[in-house]
Amino acid sequence: MQYLLMIYQNEVEYAKNDAATSQKMLAEYQAFTQSIIQSGNFKAGDRLRPTTTATTVRVRDGKTLTTDGPFAETREQLGGYYLIEAKDLNAAIEIAARIPSARIGSIEVRPIWVYDK
Amino acid sequence: MTPSEIDKIFRDEAGRALATLIRLVGDFDLAEDALQEAFAVALERWPACGAPDNPRAWLVNVAKHKAIDRVRRQTVFRGKEQQLVHELELNAQAVDEPPAMLDDDMLRLIFTCCHPSFAPEVQVALTLRTVCGLSTVQVARAFLVSEEAMAQRLVRAKQKIRLAGIPYEVPERDTLVPRLDGVLTVIYLVFTEGYVATSGADLMRPDLAVEAIRLGRLLDRLMPERAGIKGLLSLMLLHDARRAGRETAAGDVVLLEEQDRMLWDRKQIEEGLRLVDDALRLPGRPQAYAVQAAIAALHARAASFEETDWAQIAGLYEVLLRISPSPVIELNHAAAVSMVDGPARALDLVDAITARGGLNGYELLPAVRADLLRRLGRKDEARAAYLAATEATQLEPLRRLYARRMREMD
Repeated sequence: MQYLLMIYQNEVEYAKNDAATSQKMLAEYQAFTQSIIQSGNFKAGDRLRPTTTATTVRVRDGKTLTTDGPFAETREQLGGYYLIEAKDLNAAIEIAARIPSARIGSIEVRPIWVYDK
Repeated sequence: MTPSEIDKIFRDEAGRALATLIRLVGDFDLAEDALQEAFAVALERWPACGAPDNPRAWLVNVAKHKAIDRVRRQTVFRGKEQQLVHELELNAQAVDEPPAMLDDDMLRLIFTCCHPSFAPEVQVALTLRTVCGLSTVQVARAFLVSEEAMAQRLVRAKQKIRLAGIPYEVPERDTLVPRLDGVLTVIYLVFTEGYVATSGADLMRPDLAVEAIRLGRLLDRLMPERAGIKGLLSLMLLHDARRAGRETAAGDVVLLEEQDRMLWDRKQIEEGLRLVDDALRLPGRPQAYAVQAAIAALHARAASFEETDWAQIAGLYEVLLRISPSPVIELNHAAAVSMVDGPARALDLVDAITARGGLNGYELLPAVRADLLRRLGRKDEARAAYLAATEATQLEPLRRLYARRMREMD
């Protein structure tokens, strides 16, 4: 099965990290990504630029409305994702728990709706 | 065969038959529907020819064929379903499986219902519905929600099992232990719902208590070295052993101090006492369930209410407060202290819990307070507390008990 692992964390807090902490996190992410590439679970994954760069689009009555940033005033923001292939939810949870940010923020695990082509 | 005999077989076999069917067909709803159809066939045939030697294997086999028919009947065949029919037909002959396999199926079902990706109340609801075979209406009643809301919740949960890929399996050794705690919690909740119902006309739901004990035995047989399982099983057996003494023929509550101990089930008490000894002897830190069972054992061993070893019970509650602190245990501790040091000291403890707001809305808090005030002779305050207790509970026998207490004070 395919799962999207969505990485949420407080980006304001995260931005306050000093260079050494950020460096360490980056290294941990590289090691993690390597490990799931080697185990065959990795399909895709990227880090997102901060929400300050985001634009939200809605179409209402045929008119396109754009607003600055995401609307929700949540404590944690989507900061990146992995698309993985895993045997079942337990395997996906096990992988999600190894994402470095799981210790700081939270990881949402969602099965992918696969359409028959 | 009479309909009531058939009904008993259904009740005894439904849970395990369903557990096996889910493994075979891989879908909760399909398995449930197919089993219903198999029951219908049995109701037609068994009154005339009697039940087969192995009714569960028979039910599973008939249900399996019903499931195959159902999938076949669906007009649009998708690859996955064709595969399912094929697999089902392949093993359609192998019905008489060894009992160990069926036990595993039951355990699989419990662990699936108690998967940590479900909210705790969903775990309990799903277990009650699927493992214990309660109807959706009954589960809704236990949770004080509408039948529609509960049906929705169960549909969503079953959907999640299928779509999110929650495996139908007993977890492997290294992930089993953290999962086991959740399973024990759910079994205990099923038991407590049977021991004192949340609402309604009847104090107890013995069917639930019996089911929880059966699940406890099953786990203990599969993992005999776990003190938590032995402790929980012992606790449930010792509590349930008092069942016949806990209510009058009219369904009124008989409190521990008034119970006729001759009505207690001695054989079940012996089993409970053996298990708690075993649990406490296993290596490792003391387990909360084992300590609770040790408290129940002291009650079971006492020849009368007056001869109960209250000092040791209060001490065990203190141990319990150290290993798993909770305001409910504090309240129980206070009740035990009232038997050792008198109601005044216990009332201080209860008021301290209230002041911290730890048990806001817990229905037994005003009842314990009322009882202490009554014993202190503070009648007006006691009356107010009994009224608060009456308002807090949804259970008719408890309301009658509080009314009786108030009458006795007049």
